[in-house]
Amino acid sequence: MNHLPQAWGRPRDDVYGAYDQSHFQMGGPNQHTQSPIVTGTSVVAAKFKDGIVIAADNLASYGSLARFTDVKRLRKFNDQVVVGFGGDVSDMQYLDRLLNSLDIRENYGSDGTPLNAKNLHTYLSKVMYKRRSDFNPLWNHLLIAGLDGEDKPFLASADLLGTTFSAPTLATGFGAHLAQPILRRSIPDEAAVPNVSREEAVLLVKEAMKVLFYRDARSMDKYSIAVVTKDGVELKQDEKLESQSWAFAEGIRGYGTQVN
Amino acid sequence: MASVFSGAPPQSGPGYSFKQTPTEAPSGTRQHGFYPYTDNGGSTLGISGADFTILAGDTRHTSGYNINTRYAPKLFKIGGEGPDNKGASIVLSVVGFAADGEALKERLDTIVKMYKYQHGKPMSVAACAQRLSHILYGKRFFPYYVHAILGGLDEEGRGALYSYDPVGSYEREQCRAAGAAASLIMPFLDNQVNFKNQYVPDSGSGHELQEKPRTPLDQNHVLELVRDAFTSAVERHIEVGDGLQVMIIKKEGIMEAFHPLKQD
Repeated sequence: MNHLPQAWGRPRDDVYGAYDQSHFQMGGPNQHTQSPIVTGTSVVAAKFKDGIVIAADNLASYGSLARFTDVKRLRKFNDQVVVGFGGDVSDMQYLDRLLNSLDIRENYGSDGTPLNAKNLHTYLSKVMYKRRSDFNPLWNHLLIAGLDGEDKPFLASADLLGTTFSAPTLATGFGAHLAQPILRRSIPDEAAVPNVSREEAVLLVKEAMKVLFYRDARSMDKYSIAVVTKDGVELKQDEKLESQSWAFAEGIRGYGTQVN
Repeated sequence: MASVFSGAPPQSGPGYSFKQTPTEAPSGTRQHGFYPYTDNGGSTLGISGADFTILAGDTRHTSGYNINTRYAPKLFKIGGEGPDNKGASIVLSVVGFAADGEALKERLDTIVKMYKYQHGKPMSVAACAQRLSHILYGKRFFPYYVHAILGGLDEEGRGALYSYDPVGSYEREQCRAAGAAASLIMPFLDNQVNFKNQYVPDSGSGHELQEKPRTPLDQNHVLELVRDAFTSAVERHIEVGDGLQVMIIKKEGIMEAFHPLKQD
């Protein structure tokens, strides 16, 4: 392996030609958010019989620096919706304020039905699409988890382009590569959801978080996890990953002390 | 003094603190811009018959090599009553950038519903088709990145099918395939629906050859063609698969069906 750390993880010059360093240039004009700065990594979520589990770790990275280690990336909107944020943290905080004002507006002196997860997903995806159409994107990938109008589990995503989709299990960022296959093995389709218990779903999501911590360099072992059911939201924000086993690392070249 | 801060956090994004990082000033300026489009894969197809139109689309939704979901419909009922479009007789299929497709569907649906409130009669497919063209052309300089196909029944009750490019050029056709596997499906349709390269046996040689006469196809036969087209496309295109959503528009209403496709 090359002894220059800045060359690690980059295409080899002798194979692919010189690396275009202009990605790392400083200064120059900069109008809108053209790239995220402080970022959160994956959010993972899965449906079960009568609700949803969603989890995200508590790390906010500044590039490769683990900058803030106590950032809560799951936000409870009301008793039936939780939003998980991946991507830029300042944009997350903007959306948080936006949701606060939405909540106040919705509840001001009215006794109408509260916004459910489906409503909130429609709202957020339109905010995201509007901002991308203005070329001023909110650099996030959101998962909206909760219950729909018929109190059935609802899970959908919205990203910085305004793209939306829904599935029985979802994961953003690195999780889409690493966690989603594990989640899909247990919950392959909508028909499998009624056979999944709350305990199984929580265990599954925790397992996915563990795999992500093993392999995602911008992740952390402290995370938040929320369960949404008809009985409300149960949000825990200071969970620690349990029963880690690094035994697998010995068999992997370059993972331990021996590098070559 | 400025050199003291040369290692400070860069303004254009996080960098690395290693001394050697920017080895030399890059030639020319480069902005890491925001690209507002993506391709969500999938394919759609429509065929019109004597008294029906069939539209179909797979339900896979992708980003690059990732499958986002195995069920994301690309076919939407337009008009009718309420959020479920009860009693609608027009179907829009969109493939390409899914977020634009959703926005386009929403706009067209609102317009068709408003038309009914204002005129007291449902919009004709021909009118709807032209309106869709205008919506697309209205965003000529920031297009909806979709290939749309609109299906319904014309004023005489015959199957009507219109296909569009992203900036609103449109045409009424017998059949059209769009999206990721369009280049795989369209030649099959040319051959099987419009009988291209099919000749009457023993009708002569060279220019004497008689083309096989085109006859209106029966609904079940068309449905078979659609399903064959998609099962074949799934074999050869990675962005197509998971499920097939089919809508058959007849004067009795719209019938919707779902058929599983391979998930690999």
